[in-house]
Amino acid sequence: MKTTVNKQVIIGLISVVLGLLAGALLMLITGNNPFEGYNYLFRGGLMNIERIGNTLATATPLIFTGLSVAFAFKTGLFNIGASGQMLFGGLCATAVGLSFDMPRFILLAAMILAAMIGGGLWALIPGFLKARFNVHEVVATIMMNWISYWVIYYTVPAFFKGEFLETESRNLPAAASLKAPWLTNLFDGSFINYGLFLAVIAVILIEIILNRTILGFELKAAGYNRFSAEYAGMNVNRNIILSMVIAGALAGVGGATFYIGYASNIQIGVLPSLGFDGIAVALLGSNAPYGVFISALFFGILHSGKGFMNAMTSIPPEIGDTIIATIIYFAATSVLIEKGVNAVKAKLSGMKNKEQESVPAEGGR
Amino acid sequence: MWAIISQIFPYAMAFTAPLLITSLGGLFSEKSGVVNIGLEGLMVIGSFSSALVISTFQPIYPEGAIWLGLIAAMAAGILFSLLHAFASINLNANQVISGTAINMIAGALTVFIARNLTGSGNIHIMSGLTRFNVPLLSSIPVIGKLFFSQTYMSTWLILLILFVSRFVIYKTAFGLRLRACGDHPHAADAAGVNVYVIRYIGVMLSGAFAGLGGAAILVTYSGEFNGSVAGLGFLALASLIFGQWKPLGILGATFFFGFATTVANVSQAVPALAAIPPVLLKTFPYIVTLIALIIFSKSSQAPKAAGEPFDHGKK
Repeated sequence: MKTTVNKQVIIGLISVVLGLLAGALLMLITGNNPFEGYNYLFRGGLMNIERIGNTLATATPLIFTGLSVAFAFKTGLFNIGASGQMLFGGLCATAVGLSFDMPRFILLAAMILAAMIGGGLWALIPGFLKARFNVHEVVATIMMNWISYWVIYYTVPAFFKGEFLETESRNLPAAASLKAPWLTNLFDGSFINYGLFLAVIAVILIEIILNRTILGFELKAAGYNRFSAEYAGMNVNRNIILSMVIAGALAGVGGATFYIGYASNIQIGVLPSLGFDGIAVALLGSNAPYGVFISALFFGILHSGKGFMNAMTSIPPEIGDTIIATIIYFAATSVLIEKGVNAVKAKLSGMKNKEQESVPAEGGR
Repeated sequence: MWAIISQIFPYAMAFTAPLLITSLGGLFSEKSGVVNIGLEGLMVIGSFSSALVISTFQPIYPEGAIWLGLIAAMAAGILFSLLHAFASINLNANQVISGTAINMIAGALTVFIARNLTGSGNIHIMSGLTRFNVPLLSSIPVIGKLFFSQTYMSTWLILLILFVSRFVIYKTAFGLRLRACGDHPHAADAAGVNVYVIRYIGVMLSGAFAGLGGAAILVTYSGEFNGSVAGLGFLALASLIFGQWKPLGILGATFFFGFATTVANVSQAVPALAAIPPVLLKTFPYIVTLIALIIFSKSSQAPKAAGEPFDHGKK
């Protein structure tokens, strides 16, 4: 067991290195200095307490979308709809926050709950279609993404129109934001918010559900082999729906941490790319909750540092997204890396064996 | 009512063409057994490379620049699709993940390069294709007004490709092999067909066609590359399913989506449609796709081995 975990870590690290190399190559081709570029990229993400706070705030929704994709993966489902789920979850949270005036703690709890339900409902439909009609969840979740996009596009201007712009909702009152003054001050005025704590709780909770509960066992069993899980008497259809709903709820809360934590309003006409980045986060973290946490932090650095890099050099900020996309490609083709790792291992152990063989020969003399 | 329909028909046709050719590309890929969810990204690549070539050549070679752009888009689409082909055919990678990576790389990389070139990340072209009335045919009553007026040359090119593709898929040896590789790759292999080569051709055709689709958007109704094709690649994927993996089915599905989207776009200007909430019109294609998925779930015509890696040694 331990060796397989190590192997996953090695493959992940190699993917990251290859992705960074591809980014360096692009910087070189476009006439920039990659060392300078990466220096500013990482300094932009980490150089002072405010930027570290921003990196954590950027990573927070990624932890949720990463967990969402990873959780569905464990049950053999591909949730490519995290973007739509977080958008709809974010809308539900924003709607509650703008409509009700309650004590802060209750209001925030209600907003998070609304985001969970919204995201969960959005994933319930593809989950149900998969379980009942065997409709492929990839296509169904893509359709749900665009339905979500257009629902937000018309709902926000109709009911929650901003004061200045048609394209965004009103700003949330301070009481309805996940940002807290003490936290903002602690991190020198950064975007960091309570969402990070929710993310940590979610990581631990999902780790427990997957590895310490019967539900987690059943979900994983359905993912490994649907038919043997059925033969063992598990209700696979129910588990498929449940798994999608939990994945959707995670993405929904991720949407809340983005729209009511990182930002203070919801914009229309944008399908958040964080849902797709979640696929990268899950892959790089080999679908394990702790792995998701670490890889989301890494992507958080890339995302929050790219603006600084762009300001200090002439490298466009899209380099961050390009690196992330390249990392997914390398993670998808990890077979190649695995072969390479195995070849190196075989060579090393071959050398060891030869040494061992030569020892008794010498001793015999 | 007639006035409205005859007015929006040319727009619906212009909107259908890129969707149709991209979906057709997806058909070749899936028929060969490789699911290509990266159509969206390949369209972006096509839109980008044609914008680049056209904006470069238009000042010096105004007549041919657009056609050069279309060729460049197909070439770039093929090159980029090789990434997906290599991952899914040689490395047995998860095809959905590889396709997602293609989408993300395309979106980020093209804007990255465009920003290096133009600063803003958008690329304008001076002019696109001009609309024309097809001689003789456009004077036929009713049909002439609907189908042969105010058309683009690219639309006719794409329709030509559709009918050639239909012939190739169903009436040629290559088409038979293509379908065999998507349904029963091991049987095809036993019959002496090189499954790897056929699948490579399928994926490369999807790259070429999706690239052409992206370019067709640019030279007809958009005129500007901005780093996205607004989900048309995914709609093309939906059309493929809605059309049940048949060329004429795809034609019907994409025209349905093209028409529905055009209706949604003009609904505010047409009193008869303004009463319908726009959100219903905009989400209509996606909801219909979900319903179609349910209806076809029992009798799906999907290639049986689509998405499954083929391993020569494993029987």
